[in-house]
Amino acid sequence: MHTIYLLIQKEFRQVFRNRSLLPLIFVVPLVQLLILPLAATFETKGIRLQVLDADHSPQSRALTRHFAASPFFHLVDAPPDARAADDAMMRGLADATLTIPPHFEADLLRSDAAKIHLSFDAVNSTTAGLANTYSLAIINDFNRTATATASATAPRFWYNPQLDYPTYMVPAILVLLVTIIGLFLSSVNMVREKETGTIEQINVTPIRKYQFIIGKFVPFWIFALVDATLGLLLARYVYGVPIVGSLALIYLLLIVFLLAVLGVGLFFSAISSTQQQAMFMAWFFMMIFILLSGIFTPTESMPEWAQRFNLINPFAHGIRAIRMIMLKGAAFADVRQEFYALLIYGSLALTLAINRYKKMNS
Amino acid sequence: MIAVTNISKRYGAVQALSDVRFSVDRGELFGLIGPDGAGKTSLLRILATLLLPDAGEATIDGLNTVADYRAVRRRIGYMPGRFSLYRDLTVEENLRFFASIFGTTVRENEAFIRPIFAPLEPFRRRRAGALSGGMKQKLALSCALIHRPDALLLDEPTTGVDALSRKEFWEMLHELKQHGIAILVSTPYMDEASRCDRVALIRRGQTGQIDTPQQVVAQFPHRLFAVRTDNAYRLACDLPSWPTLHAAYPFGACFHVIDRRPHIDISAELTAFLHQRGHSAVECLPATPTMEDCFMEWMKRDESE
Repeated sequence: MHTIYLLIQKEFRQVFRNRSLLPLIFVVPLVQLLILPLAATFETKGIRLQVLDADHSPQSRALTRHFAASPFFHLVDAPPDARAADDAMMRGLADATLTIPPHFEADLLRSDAAKIHLSFDAVNSTTAGLANTYSLAIINDFNRTATATASATAPRFWYNPQLDYPTYMVPAILVLLVTIIGLFLSSVNMVREKETGTIEQINVTPIRKYQFIIGKFVPFWIFALVDATLGLLLARYVYGVPIVGSLALIYLLLIVFLLAVLGVGLFFSAISSTQQQAMFMAWFFMMIFILLSGIFTPTESMPEWAQRFNLINPFAHGIRAIRMIMLKGAAFADVRQEFYALLIYGSLALTLAINRYKKMNS
Repeated sequence: MIAVTNISKRYGAVQALSDVRFSVDRGELFGLIGPDGAGKTSLLRILATLLLPDAGEATIDGLNTVADYRAVRRRIGYMPGRFSLYRDLTVEENLRFFASIFGTTVRENEAFIRPIFAPLEPFRRRRAGALSGGMKQKLALSCALIHRPDALLLDEPTTGVDALSRKEFWEMLHELKQHGIAILVSTPYMDEASRCDRVALIRRGQTGQIDTPQQVVAQFPHRLFAVRTDNAYRLACDLPSWPTLHAAYPFGACFHVIDRRPHIDISAELTAFLHQRGHSAVECLPATPTMEDCFMEWMKRDESE
């Protein structure tokens, strides 16, 4: 126990004396949390819409006003004819065209059914899809005011009623942030002792392998948890993300999540002989597992093999659990599966790291 | 104290050590002398429990370096060839760290390491990485000794250290002997052999004669001559055409020449030969063999076999 304490003390001294590492540990996550949720947003505002109104009736103007009132659309100059409208789309002057045919108002009043035509610039399919969704909502809204009979569906979004993007992203970015800090610190650290040769001196001492690995593990655990705390404070007070679930449970999940991340990092460190090798492995591991984890795209829309792959993806478990606790107030029973998966993952990775670290070489 | 029995080690196609055997007694300073790549580091790493031998065994204080590695680690002090302390920790922190790891304290062993640590006293708070080469080496030795080991393994401790620090270092080792520590030092410098109690020459993983440096030199089988002329380059070209040449190689500012016929003074003969070849200021004097001459002779005999 005393040995582990000495190793941890040594590790802390080294980190606090490293003038380039220390700011990285504390500034990078802050910057990341302040920039990413705002930048990595799917919300599309100010879609440039041109309206080709061939009806010129009060109803057609009312529909146009509905679009103009939406924050998602921005009306640009109306084209004189269909050819001009196509041309504007082609040249990228407009993102969407709303065509209101003649007799629109007449059809609407007579048969309660009128046709309009919407076309989108779908080079970016996500933007086009979103524009379409926004349009349908606006038309729905228009229908309710224009006709008495039309009954529109009014969806309600649970746990994130405003469909607020930061609410969805911040918990995931929090997980991403502790991963970056934990994984890179741990994967580079032990191999650094190999590169500088200090491990030679350590290896001839009575320090046991598990003591050495734990001595590496604990400091990074602490740094990552400090970062997570900073992240949670930002989430709560900058983004106003509700933290519905219990804080203790969030930390419990973060602790087992970091067990897995640091275990993997130390394993990479144990099997590589240069910092570069370890760094590459950590980077590759992170890219693949993060992209598959459902941080940006829902896992449900991934092919089945990818969904099955996520069973061994610590990020998928971590992100799902943290989102569930933060946004839905999930209790331990709800995230039990994620908890145990991460616990097993972490124990395995750590055992592997201890085994692959050799004090005596053949 | 240190016993090496028929140790062999191979890295792929390279035979790093073959059938090495020797022993070092308590209070003995034993030198392992050979050029780079001779296998010195591999041997020391096997003794330090960092490397597994392919065959043979090594014991420290009767404890096997493979089977009893944990007990061995408490009894040895190992100083790798490369400075291996924490550069970002201070002198004092390094010393305390290694003392505590071995379950002892700096204070308990202060008197023991004082002769070595004293010059470092003013730099207690300086980071180890900011010390000079000689100071680094003294700190490394202090850390290797802080748990009072029975055996000290030093891998090329004097490589890259200035002449004065080297001299001081050897003097410190002689002082340490008094405490009954068995000291094994490897070095590529032949001239340091005379500072050891006994030496083993090592080359291509094989040890040669193992004896006191005086004995090794006394057993040099030839008469040796030191030759010097006005033109060293032409001398190097002309010496091979000396009809009864056994060996000629540069040694400091002159050439060492050995004749094939034993016990014959060739100075007059060789001087005439060189004058005939157009050399002037020819100087040819009998010389006392050194460890380097013994090494060259051993190498030559080895190659002809």
